[in-house]
Amino acid sequence: MDANQTDAAISVRNISKHFGDFRALNNVSLNVRAGERVVICGPSGSGKSTLIRCINRLEKHESGTIHVDGLVLDDSRRSRDAIRAKVGMVFQQFNLFPHLTVLENLTLGPLRARGKSPEEARELAMRYLTRVRIPEQAEKFPRQLSGGQQQRVAIARSLCMEPQIMLFDEPTSALDPEMINEVLEVMTELARSGMTMVCVTHEMGFAKGVADTMVFMDHGEIVETAPPATFFTTPATERCRDFLRKILRH
Amino acid sequence: MKHAFLFAALAFLLGGCSGDWGWYVVDPRTTTGITNLKFLLGGLWYTILLSVTAISISVVVGLLVALPGLSQYRVLRAFNRVYVEVVRSVPILVLILWVYYGLPPVTGITIGIFWSGVIALALSDSAFQAEIFRAGIQSIDKGQYEASHSISLGYADTMRFVILPQAIRRILPALGNQLVYMLKMSSLVSVIGMQELTRRANELVVSEYRPLEIYTVLVLEYLVLILIVSALVRRLENRMKADDQR
Repeated sequence: MDANQTDAAISVRNISKHFGDFRALNNVSLNVRAGERVVICGPSGSGKSTLIRCINRLEKHESGTIHVDGLVLDDSRRSRDAIRAKVGMVFQQFNLFPHLTVLENLTLGPLRARGKSPEEARELAMRYLTRVRIPEQAEKFPRQLSGGQQQRVAIARSLCMEPQIMLFDEPTSALDPEMINEVLEVMTELARSGMTMVCVTHEMGFAKGVADTMVFMDHGEIVETAPPATFFTTPATERCRDFLRKILRH
Repeated sequence: MKHAFLFAALAFLLGGCSGDWGWYVVDPRTTTGITNLKFLLGGLWYTILLSVTAISISVVVGLLVALPGLSQYRVLRAFNRVYVEVVRSVPILVLILWVYYGLPPVTGITIGIFWSGVIALALSDSAFQAEIFRAGIQSIDKGQYEASHSISLGYADTMRFVILPQAIRRILPALGNQLVYMLKMSSLVSVIGMQELTRRANELVVSEYRPLEIYTVLVLEYLVLILIVSALVRRLENRMKADDQR
């Protein structure tokens, strides 16, 4: 194991993944340092979501290795559980539990998976609800909230597990335009606090403001990796230039 | 309203008849009539007890059979398939006879009439319950599992706190349906001598020789029982719906 793999928060080495005949990931490698903010962009079907879903084993990679915080991700339940305990995830469709109140959504993990007492779990939940600026919605059900509020609850639910790394899978893509900012503000605040983040998003304003590293993917491969300053001004590849032209036009 | 209309129609139908009808066998104004009615209604308790016990067992067994059916392992899925296909291929009446007459010599355990009935009904129903649960669980969005995994919930906690509470709400109408079905199918247990509604009617017919009147009462007994149960199930559904709209 080289120094990169032990020091890195996430170390992905040469992973591949197929869905039937479709090659979702082709020999992808990615390093994320502790505290680093990485934004992954690329056209749909480029493998962005698959890549981050492999990191907490929502998808299984076929070859290559993944290390998270020095732990190898393999077929064993122990390795999977240990890594999931370190990694939080926010989904495009929020995936809140519709039959539970906001507070219950937040306390379920701490109560059942962390063995916290009801008081501790509640306190934790209220702390993170305050942090995403909706403590007054604690007793409501998800369907009573706006999309933006629901996504902030989902972020708080992940934070309640006190992860070291947060993965965001297109967190604003299912939102109405006027609600995107409230979610991005919460994510920006989280980035300022030093959280290690990997975000799949097309919000280039957010990326410019927050990212340490930009990653461009296409056809299951990482085409370009660069700091935002170079990435947005002088992209090295034609594919990346073409993609940026398309999404930055409006 | 609907009930009142039904009863009015029946009263008219029956009241207008003469000659061949012999309502005296169940006439509440005579002592024989009252004795007979009491005898007939006495089966109600057994019908309910039998059905409710059987469905309680079949719901649990059904869930335990449904879960392997959703497994990623082929062996477990095969177990589910075989169980469902085999059990639901056997007619309930045949199963009742087989459990009552067949199981004791095979296992060496003597089973009473009541428990033979319960076992046969529960076994038969469990295959259907398993399919209902499987459909309900499969209707839950994949994202619910992924969110559960991402907050480190294990399989049991994911099922118990996230998936099943949602699935059960969705399958409640189907479960109500099964309860009604079970109440009706419990009449088959009369063939092994269970003193439920149908058996009592049969016995009274033998002594009174008035099948038309007695079986008409029997029809009414089931009708009233099941209309009440249906109303209760509907109320439960509405309450859950109201919960969902809070």
